[in-house]
Amino acid sequence: MFEVLFFALIVVAGTAGELCVSRAMKAIGEVHDFRPASLIKVLLRALRIKWMWIGVGLMTIGFFSLLAILSFDNVSFVVPVTALGYVAGALGGRFFLGEQVNWRRWAGILLVCAGVTLVVIGKG
Amino acid sequence: MTSHKRLHLKTYLLILVMIIAGPLGNLMLGKGMKSIGKITTKISSPGELVDVLARILSSGTIWLGIASLLTFFVAYMLVLSWADYSYVQPASAIAYGVVALLATLLLGEAVSPLRWAGIAVICVGVFVVGHTNPRTTENPRSCSKSSSLR
Repeated sequence: MFEVLFFALIVVAGTAGELCVSRAMKAIGEVHDFRPASLIKVLLRALRIKWMWIGVGLMTIGFFSLLAILSFDNVSFVVPVTALGYVAGALGGRFFLGEQVNWRRWAGILLVCAGVTLVVIGKG
Repeated sequence: MTSHKRLHLKTYLLILVMIIAGPLGNLMLGKGMKSIGKITTKISSPGELVDVLARILSSGTIWLGIASLLTFFVAYMLVLSWADYSYVQPASAIAYGVVALLATLLLGEAVSPLRWAGIAVICVGVFVVGHTNPRTTENPRSCSKSSSLR
């Protein structure tokens, strides 16, 4: 079942990658200066942070998994299913970063799950 | 007042760029990969993996898709530099509908009524997720107090 494996990689590696990049960018701090020269400095600083490389590596795995799955599944099926990233993001935020996820966000996440279920059932 | 209006116009324009460039990028990736063919049946040795990777990286359609996704990303980052995440993110929920619409129109994909329904529910779900406080980690105790004030 390559399909399930690739979707799992897109959702888990993609979201984990974003969390790592987010952690690296928080270490740099808020960017105020948007002139090209300063942005390049920010980029060079980001490249010295270990989390940035882990994040970019994970996001690359997610991207190639997306390409792999697009080689045999329709875009109108694949992209909606990748919305499961919101579920992974909320669970990761809740259990790895200790964020508080309120009932409204859980409700939205349940809706995303319900929608993805319909999309998967509607594939046949 | 005029600068306020200009900011609104700039925000709408960039959100429009986001909800077109993002789906268009995914569409082009899909088109490019379909022309390469089902990779799980194509790759059975490391040599074939290198071959498929070379074909992916030499596909113009895939690079156009990547450029389109980068445009989406830059527009997203720019708009987030002044607009609230909880304002921008629900707007991006529309992108799931746009993907399906463009896929039927441009790639001739068949979308069943059940899939349309699922996509609509996902849009609502993403919209609801986006309409929540984007920051909850900094000093959780004072945060829960401030949220009860809302």
